[in-house]
Order: sequence, then C-alpha cells, then structure tokens
Amino acid sequence: MAIESLKYASPDTETKIEAKVFPRPSQYTTGLVDWLTTIDHKKIGLMYGMAALFFLLVGGIEALLIRSQLWSHNMEVLTNREYNQMFTMHGTTMVFLVIMPLSAAFFNYLMPLQIGARDVAFPRMNALSLWCFVSGGIILNLSWFFTGGSPAIGWFGYAPLTDTRFAEVLGDMGPDFWIFSLQMLGLASLLASFNFITTIINMRAPGMTMMRMPVFTWMTLIVSFLIILAFPAITIALVELMFDRTYGTNFYDFLEGGKPHLWQHLFWIFGHPEVYILILPAMGIVSEVIPVFSRKPLFGYGLVIFSGAIIGFMGFAVWSHHMFTTGMGVVATSAFSILTMLIAIPTGVKIFNWIGTMWGGRIRFDTPMLFALGFITMFMIGGFTGIMHSSVPIDAQHQDSYFVVAHFHYVLIGGALFGLFCGFYFWLPKMTGRMLNEKLGKFVFTLMFIGFNLTFFPMHYLGMIGQPRRTHSYNEGHGFETWNQIATIGSFILGIGIAIGVYQFVSAFFNKRLKPAGKNPWDARTLEWTLSSPVKEYNFARNPIIKARDQAWENNYGPKENHSQKEPLDDHGVHMPDRSWYPLLTAVGLFVMVIGMLFHASIDASGELVRNYTVAVAGGVVSTIGIIMWSLEGPAGYHLFPKEKEE
Amino acid sequence: MSDAAAHALDHHEPVTSTGIPNKKVLMWAFLGSDCMFFGTLISTHLIYRKISATVGGNFLDIRDVFDIELTSFSTFILLASSLFMALAVSAIHKGNLNSTRWMLFGTIIFGAIFLACQVYEFTHFVYAPGNELTLSSYRGEPHVFGSTFYVLTGTHGTHVAIGVFWLIGWLVYSFTGKMSTADAMDVECCGLYWHFVDIVWIIIFPVVYLMEYAF
Ligand code: HEM
Ligand SMILES: [Cu+2]
Repeated sequence: MAIESLKYASPDTETKIEAKVFPRPSQYTTGLVDWLTTIDHKKIGLMYGMAALFFLLVGGIEALLIRSQLWSHNMEVLTNREYNQMFTMHGTTMVFLVIMPLSAAFFNYLMPLQIGARDVAFPRMNALSLWCFVSGGIILNLSWFFTGGSPAIGWFGYAPLTDTRFAEVLGDMGPDFWIFSLQMLGLASLLASFNFITTIINMRAPGMTMMRMPVFTWMTLIVSFLIILAFPAITIALVELMFDRTYGTNFYDFLEGGKPHLWQHLFWIFGHPEVYILILPAMGIVSEVIPVFSRKPLFGYGLVIFSGAIIGFMGFAVWSHHMFTTGMGVVATSAFSILTMLIAIPTGVKIFNWIGTMWGGRIRFDTPMLFALGFITMFMIGGFTGIMHSSVPIDAQHQDSYFVVAHFHYVLIGGALFGLFCGFYFWLPKMTGRMLNEKLGKFVFTLMFIGFNLTFFPMHYLGMIGQPRRTHSYNEGHGFETWNQIATIGSFILGIGIAIGVYQFVSAFFNKRLKPAGKNPWDARTLEWTLSSPVKEYNFARNPIIKARDQAWENNYGPKENHSQKEPLDDHGVHMPDRSWYPLLTAVGLFVMVIGMLFHASIDASGELVRNYTVAVAGGVVSTIGIIMWSLEGPAGYHLFPKEKEE
Repeated sequence: MSDAAAHALDHHEPVTSTGIPNKKVLMWAFLGSDCMFFGTLISTHLIYRKISATVGGNFLDIRDVFDIELTSFSTFILLASSLFMALAVSAIHKGNLNSTRWMLFGTIIFGAIFLACQVYEFTHFVYAPGNELTLSSYRGEPHVFGSTFYVLTGTHGTHVAIGVFWLIGWLVYSFTGKMSTADAMDVECCGLYWHFVDIVWIIIFPVVYLMEYAF
C-alpha cells in the first residue's frame, strides 16, 4: 500500500541520510510536534477547520462593526476609511479564510474515507497546503499594523483603487499585504486541488467506480478542477498588479496606457467560478445529508453530478454579468445575460433532486436536516435574485445597491455557510466520536435562521429604494433607518447563533459528557460510516472491496451480493508514511520571502529608492532547502498492525 | 518476518485505479493549470499590443527593438533541448545511466543557452541606445508593451530556470549511485514539464515576436 512514491526502494539508507540533518519525528510523536509535522489528512482537515472557524469569528466581528456603523444615518462608529477597510477585510476573510478552508477541511477529512483510501495521494503536499493557508491568513491580518492599515479596496480590489498614486495614505501597504496573502492562499488551494484530483482519480478502493462515489466526493473533484483552472487568472492578475505597484509597470494604469477594465475581466474570470467553488461543496454536503434523514437514496444521483459538472463548466462563461454596467457593448452583454440565465437551469435541477429525495421519505428533523432544509430554501431565494440580475436592464438598477448584497448573502450564508454547518452537525460525531447536543443544535439553527433573515431580507428592499453598497453612511430623509436597524439587530442575533455554534463544535472535541456516537449514529449511507468514530489513524485496517453505491447502507440493508468485502489482513500491516518537518519549513520560508518582498523597498537619506532583497532571498533559500530535503527524505514510513476485528 | 524485510516486500510500485502513476496525474493537472497561467499572460499581451497612451495611437514599431535573428536562434536551441530531454527519459527507462547523464547535461546546457540569450535580450532592449524599452516606457514615453512583454517572457524564463535547476538536481543525483530505473517515472515527469515549457514557447514565439512582422 505504498502511497506516495516508488522511490522508497531503499528506505533505510534514505532515512539515515536525512536523520543527520533534521531528525524525523517518530511514529510515537504526540502533542505540539505531532500537530506541526503531521501528514495525516484527518488532522490536517481538523486544523483547516479550526483555523477557519477562528477566522469566521474575526470576519464576524468585522461584519458587526459594519452593521453598527449603518445603524442610523450619519453614524460615526467607523471613519470613512475604517469602514472601507472593514468591508474589504470582511469580504476577503469570509471568502478566502472561512468558506474555502471550511470546504477544504471537509474535503481533507472525508474524501479519502469516502473512496476507501489510506490518505490523499501526496500527504506531505497536503501539509504544505495547510501551512500556506495559515501563513496567508496571518499575512492578510498583519496588514492592520503597518502603514495605511488594512486594504480599503474591496474584496475585488478594483483598479485604479489599487494605484499607488491614489492611495489615501502615503505609502499605503494594505493592498500589498492583500496581494501577497491572496497569492499564498491561492498556492494553498492549488496544491490541495492537485492532490485531491490525483487522489480521487487514482486512489479509489477496488470496486469504487466513479459512478459509485458519494456525491460529496464528486463535488470535491469538480471544485478541485474549478480551482486549478480559475485561480491562475487571479494569480496572474495579482502578479501584474504587484508589478504595477512595485516596479511601475502600466497594466492597470490608465494614465500611462493601461486599462482598469482588464482587471475587472481577469478578476471575474476567476471570481465567478469562485462563487461555485464556494457553493458546490455545500451542495455536496446537503446531497449526503438529505438522503440519510429521508431514509431514501438520492433521487437522480447521476443528474445531481452531471448538473454539478455543467454548473462548473458554464461557470467559466458568465463572468461578465458582474460588469453589465461597464459598457461592454450589446453583443457581449446579451450573450453573458443569456448564459447567466441558462446556468440557473442546472442549479434548479439540483433543487428538484433534493425535493424528490425527500418526497415520500420518512423525514427526521435532526439538526443536520434542519440546516439542509435551511440551505435549500435560503439558497433558492438567493438563486432567484441571481436570475433577476441576469437581466441587463434590471441589473443596471441593482448594480452596487444593497439588493446585490442581499443576493450574495443569501447564497453565501443561507447557502454555503448553512451547508457547512449542516456538515459539522452531521460529521462531527464521526470526527469526535461524540453526539452533539440536539437541543443546543436546534437552538443555534433557530438563532441563525431568524437572525439571518432579519439581517438580509430587508436589504432587498433597501436596495430597491436606492441604498448604495460600499458606502460609509447615508443621509436622513431617505427612509433607510428602520430597515437598517432591523438588519443590525438581526446581525447580532446571527452573530450570537454562529458563536454558540462554533463553541459547540469546538467543545465536542473536549466534552467527555457527550453521548458516544458509535459507528453509524444517523444510519447513514456512505463508506466512512463503516469505520469507528473517531476514525483510526490508519483509516481502513483492511482495504474495502466496494460492491455498490451507498455502501454502508447496503451492508446493513442490501442483498448479500451488495455487501462490501475486505482484502485479507496481510502480515506486514498497514504502511504509514512518516511525519515530516519539511512542509512546515517550506511554508515558513515562503512566509519570510513574502515579508521580505513587502518590506524590500525603502527611501534612504538622500531620498533615493533603495531595494534590499536580503530577507526575501533568505526566505527563498529556506523554502528551497525545505523542498530539496523533502525530496531526499522520501515518504519513508512504518507499519501498524490492527487486530483482526478492527475496522 | 522482520520489519525491514517486510518493508522491502511492500515497496513495489503502488497500484492505482487508473494504472497511471500518481505523480504523472499530478503533473498533468499542474500543466493544465499552467496553461491557464500562460493563457492569461498571453491574452493580456495581445489585448495591449497596439495600445499606447502618449504615442497618440501610433503604436511603436517594436521591430526596431527586436533582434529576431537572436530570438530565432534561441527558439531553435530550446526546441533542440526537448530532443535531449526525450533521450534522457528513454535512457533512464532502459537503465543506461551514462547516457542519461549526458542527455541531462545536454538539456541543461541548451536550457542555459536559452536563458543566457534571454538575459542578453532583456539587457539589450533596456539599455542599448535607441531601444530603451523598459517595464513602463519606450524611449522615455509611457508605454504598456514593455510591461506585458517582460512579464510574459520573464514568466516563461522563470519556468525554464526552474526546469534547469530541477535537471541539475537529477544530474547531481545521478552521481550518488542511487539512481536507477525506479526513478524513471520521476524523470519522465520532469520531462513532461520541460516539453510543456517548450510548447508554451512555440506559442509565444509566433504570437509575441513573429506576428509583429506580419500584422
Ligand atoms: C442562480 C445562480 C446565480 C446567478 C444567476 C447569479 C447572478 C449574479 C449576478 C448577475 C451578479 C452581479 C450583480 C451586480 O453586481 O449587479 C451576482 C453577484 C454576486 N453573486 Fe451571484 N448568481 C448566482 C449564484 C451565486 C452563488 C451560488 C454565489 C456564491 C455562493 C453567488 C455569489 C455572488 C457574489 C459574491 C456576488 C457579488 C460580487 C461583488 O460584486 O462583490 N452568486 N450574481
Ligand atoms: Cu457571478
């Protein structure tokens, strides 16, 4: 069961070489060193999840500050600039540091279990992805402490807001931090996606054909493809912007021949696939949960997957619906309008599939199911407003108003976040081995559902009567106050709901009084539920041989020939790859390199610009050493010997 | 059975669902993604090719700057390096270490010549009197051509440089006495990368250079 490479033909000699340079943690490592050097997809998934939940609270506080500022007309909770910083940081944090990594947490933890694999294809690369994500998050938030504070350019960073000459504060570094942190986060997502694609294509257990894979795994695959094809556009756009800001190129500089419009295109060529990157994982989660709590197989499995793929594919052809008011010309505008209307079809198909699944089922309303139902209903409202602004003349009214804010929060909170919370309530028993408190769960759902609708439903109306988005305050006499106050009250209710939810998730890992979960508390359907909770370090003691879709369910209720089998226990046990320091070292090197780049330029006594790359180069050297040592050490490994009866 | 013996038994090539080694799938996925990187850069260049702020719509005649003979030569060198690379992969598959070494060496040298040409080209474009095509201007006037040109070809050059370092890594490794046919697949991945970078140049050369002489 060699996982990573064929290079460990002579593991012993290899281990000796590297042991002299940097001792490799043994298989008995525990505590902090274990978490820092682990390459276990489950632990990496948990760290992804915990870091993302932390950032959820950070982004939430930023949101509450925005809402406090908008409580009434001409409030001064935040200054103009602070307000701009707040919505920039809020948007960037929620998209890149919360929803994406939460999805990545589930991908990491569940996907290998769902396809019957020992781990992902490249466990150490997976660890590198985690540490790049963490350093990206740190870099973004470091911006608060340097010249100009955090970026004030919006999560979309439109040119020429990012032009150095138009900076409100001389030498504003905010956009630079933003650029480099997005590059780091992009790297993290790319590495993870290459890994997931390889794992799903190549490491399925015997009998796990593509059309037997759980829908969540399918969505992982589709999202990974979206990431590797969409992120390059923003990576290059950011490289160009970095050159503009640092070396004076003219890509987006309209005074010197550049076109700010190009930025919008590149950003949204990435940005629209990105919104599907955010929603498809949640759709995958809900597609797992609804069948379980309806006690019926998913209605139209093939169709759900196919429409997911179509959504992903068409997602690359609708980006300009974010630019209807920029004057692209009639033909382009109409084409993008029609395509945007069309993309609603596969989205609608999925909704009918979920309804069809529930139809005639024996529905149980446990917390995961409540969140799944919340997802469907709220996502539908967001979808409807989406279709509304696919119409060009109507969008001319919506653009840059609170109506758009209502739209994307219905899809992002009511959709993505509800879906992810649904996933937590559903799978935490598997991850922790304990059942969560149902009453508290339902309470969280109620708070979130009420708070969410109180906050964002009025925004439809506010947008219609003309409240602009991204605007620090409004004057008296527009009639904006009442609904803004309701929204602010709602946002605090939502905030409290989320905070309790996060508390409940984290405490599930420590609270020994919670009921033990057992293998399959929900009577669920997919392969991970055949394993003990929490899942053992080695996942499967013996390779499963898959006979059907919904394998756990078939094992319990299906005909004999559909029961999964196990490969015989062989006498050399389960091969486990060794822990490694090098992913962390490589990421630290990259972090130092970024810091070096951020601070490389200074003005000397005579007013000359001096560039000093020492720190950046040092960082680069550290990560190069990391990579070289990484390839020399090889995956190495040890063996575990599970007992005959263990799963 | 002792642990070490068990180890030895366990270390055959992993069985994958598709039969294709994991690293190869990874490399193909990366190359797919890299297409999008270069696609974005090339589109940026094409969009901006004839735009200038201050030269009043009279686009610059880049032919005055280009040194097409030199670039044609370096293009040829880069293409030829792909042949060496292919031979290196075939040699390691056959277990012929000596020939692998020489072929790797050839690839490295040709890659390095290409890079040297590019360094010369960049310096020449920026500093030679009458050229003065910088990142932000052309003969002192603000211009976008330099921005897109240098960032695009520079990114390609960076890819070549990474490839050269990777190949040097293999060359050094071949002298440790540990290189065997077991490494063939890894060398092949390196080769995939190298050929891809070559193919990208086959697109860049006509689109960025030759087209200036045609349209
Ligand atoms: C039925 C499917 C959807 C359609 C037809 C649709 C359509 C649109 C359109 C036309 C806009 C531009 C509005 C404007 O700025 O005037 C927009 C904005 C937006 N949509 Fe959607 N959308 C859909 C689903 C989604 C989903 C699933 C997400 C995310 C999970 C999403 C997230 C966003 C975001 C974040 C924005 C605002 C971006 C910004 O300007 O900052 N949308 N949508
Ligand atoms: Cu969109």
